[in-house]
Amino acid sequence: MNGIFIMPEFDVIRSDARCTVCRVCERQCANGVHAFLEEKGLMVSDETKCVNCQRCVSFCPTHALKIVENPNRLRENANWDRDTIREIYKQANSGGVLLSSMGNPKPLPVYWDKILINASQVTNPPIDPLREPMETRVFLGKKPEKVSRGADGALITTLPPQIELSMPVLFSAMSYGSISYNAHAALAEAAARLGILYNTGEGGLHEDFYPYGSNTIVQVASGRFGVHEKYLETGAAIEIKMGQGAKPGIGGHLPGPKIVGDVSRTRMIPEGTDAISPAPHHDIYSIEDLRQLVYSLKEATRYKKPVIVKVAAVHNIAAIASGVARSGADIIAIDGFRGGTGAAPTRIRDNVGIPIELALAAVDQRLRDEGIRGNVSLIVGGSVRSAADVVKALALGADACYVATAALLALGCHLCRTCQSGKCNWGIATQEPALVKRLNPAQGSERLVNLMNAWRHEIMELMGGMGINSVEALRGNRLMLRGVGLTQKELEILGISHAGE
Amino acid sequence: MKPKEGQVRIPSGCAIAAVIARDGERMSGEGMIRAMEPMHDRSNGLGGGFAGYGIYPAYKDFYALHLFFDSRDTRKTCEAFLKTGFEIWHAERIPTRKIPAITDEPIIWRYFVAPLQSVLADLQLDEKEFVVRTVMEINTRMKGAYVFSSGKNMGTFKAVGFPEDVGVYYRLEEYAGYSWTAHGRYPTNTPGWWGGAHPFSLLDYSVVHNGEISSYDANRRYIEMFGYQCTLQTDTEVITYMMDYLLRRQGLTLNETAGVIAAPFWETIDRKTDLKDKEKHLYLRTVFPGLLITGPFSIVLGFEGGLMALNDRLKLRSMVVGEKGDRVYIASEEAAIRRIEPDADNIWSPAGGEPVVIRVKEGAQI
Repeated sequence: MNGIFIMPEFDVIRSDARCTVCRVCERQCANGVHAFLEEKGLMVSDETKCVNCQRCVSFCPTHALKIVENPNRLRENANWDRDTIREIYKQANSGGVLLSSMGNPKPLPVYWDKILINASQVTNPPIDPLREPMETRVFLGKKPEKVSRGADGALITTLPPQIELSMPVLFSAMSYGSISYNAHAALAEAAARLGILYNTGEGGLHEDFYPYGSNTIVQVASGRFGVHEKYLETGAAIEIKMGQGAKPGIGGHLPGPKIVGDVSRTRMIPEGTDAISPAPHHDIYSIEDLRQLVYSLKEATRYKKPVIVKVAAVHNIAAIASGVARSGADIIAIDGFRGGTGAAPTRIRDNVGIPIELALAAVDQRLRDEGIRGNVSLIVGGSVRSAADVVKALALGADACYVATAALLALGCHLCRTCQSGKCNWGIATQEPALVKRLNPAQGSERLVNLMNAWRHEIMELMGGMGINSVEALRGNRLMLRGVGLTQKELEILGISHAGE
Repeated sequence: MKPKEGQVRIPSGCAIAAVIARDGERMSGEGMIRAMEPMHDRSNGLGGGFAGYGIYPAYKDFYALHLFFDSRDTRKTCEAFLKTGFEIWHAERIPTRKIPAITDEPIIWRYFVAPLQSVLADLQLDEKEFVVRTVMEINTRMKGAYVFSSGKNMGTFKAVGFPEDVGVYYRLEEYAGYSWTAHGRYPTNTPGWWGGAHPFSLLDYSVVHNGEISSYDANRRYIEMFGYQCTLQTDTEVITYMMDYLLRRQGLTLNETAGVIAAPFWETIDRKTDLKDKEKHLYLRTVFPGLLITGPFSIVLGFEGGLMALNDRLKLRSMVVGEKGDRVYIASEEAAIRRIEPDADNIWSPAGGEPVVIRVKEGAQI
């Protein structure tokens, strides 16, 4: 027997009454779902290829298309659900490790949604951001423990290197290779216009984007792809990627078909080879080794750039972060288990790591207990979905948030979670020139700027409601949060009270 | 049972007043009591207090510890603890006057003490740090005992009641000081005990404050990294610790401290043409982001030899300053100043975030 037939996940519903056989759907679908049946003069669909990216639906001029869940079902079973059975068939057919993309889609708790924000009533006034200054500027980096003065008594105002952001949000790491040139162009341009930073991810930096250096975080991951002196010199900050929320404990995956042309040159690896980064950095097997890499990078850039250490949120994250804060890092980035990815083994994405909300609360508190919170800034990511999530993260103790999935959505991503195929119909997670050009970088950056400006307005409204007119006073201000429907233990870890208390 | 202050956070409105004689002349505490009278409606009878500077000249080299006790046993235990680190030069009940308006009083004592040099050497601490740690130790660990004043040649007096009555209760007319601050409180809930009244003080720093700061928990969680413990959950408590941290431990000047807690807006800093000043403010905001205070406040900080008045950056609370000769007056309302100095001239409202620092003139006896 050959492979077991795997029933399609989706059904393509086409209204023949509306369809004008213009064949736009056929041209838009890189997966080859739609075809023109010459002899009948009709459009037909091959649902087995459909990933539900909504490209055809969006482009159909007569709104003749709908993608729906396949109504054909296996017999209901609360234990053996459809996805579990499908995955078993796939593995029985192929013998392989299953790959998935984007963040963990499982119905695990989203703590952001169980936290509510305060507002001022009577005893102190809300502040109106339309009429009063409302500050969202933040500086990330190590703060000196003690001020010092010169012989004349004046403060010595030299500081360790800092990153200045106009608002407490940065675009998180997405490598050139996993996403397209045009997606990178849009992120770089938007970061520059917004006064924030984007992150190269582990794929190096295309030389066209060097002019955006002051808005760029350059990443050094275990594969060391595209890392050289000029690369380090170009960035505003350097990030050592120790782990990623979507796949803690393993390195990056970039399938060979995406390693073509400039991607191969930028990564400094041959075309068509799978870029599988090692799980550990082979020069970091322990905390003292991390310290050496941090200082190697600082030496290489003459102590002018802050070094970020990015770690995945895992069980012992508080102790790990405390160790990292003592290793010379200026900033710690923590990535929660719901963070996105361009490709990760499904089992790891769906089962490894912990929620960012709990990790953040535990880390912030531990660093304070140790009296070293000022040694480092904290960036958190791993599914920060809105301005409200940003405000909650800041109040729990973060200095800033990494966003990536939200940024991709702004670029047109429809979260079909098939980035690993390299056939992104939206021109984002692909290297096929015909697909890449579907994403117009100018329009993409405009949408990213719109999204972030909208978030900034919302952050200001939420802050003003609390009577807070600067993000500094929001950071770590847990009294501004209340939990709903959380257990005593969850509240204790989050360091917040229950609503009504 | 209703929770006591400290177990619950109680927002409060308030009245504040202060006076200082720049020539160091001593004034009785009565003036401050009278200044509070026209602001009666800014308090609700659930807290009042005063701080006087220069009031203990006979013991000016000793730390004057004022303590509340819930029982004689607690007092005995606490005294035994104090003797392990201090020489107690003089101890007495703080004189009070029984009046119907003030009830439920705790046992109130004061101790004039000097830290034992051998203990300081052993712990490798300076005198002030040792006093601070002792105060924290008693206030967090010793149930039923509470230090509410710990400076030299100064003292805080506070109770649950209207400030005018609290002043009469503590016989403030019998004290003479070169500067005074006063506070009337309008808590939204019953504090349950006297510790929550203001001023709040640590060493010779005392703070009276009107407002409800929205940055409270950000400030509290930051300052608690450095050994301070906020047991009362009040704004004034955390502000006092922030002052101590910035002024004593970091060695900032009063103006620099104001630049941290009521920092100029970024756009104001960006516009500064004095580059040194610009760099200083950029530095202070970047280094101490956790100590920025937002939300409404007007505070008067008392310290040895002076006062500092400061409003929040948006001036969300009223506060005026007036002068007459060598005297400078600060109050929530002009009426308070006019009550004790009808001819006060040069009455003005300091701008939000603009510190007003008044010091006793050089050479004046304090």
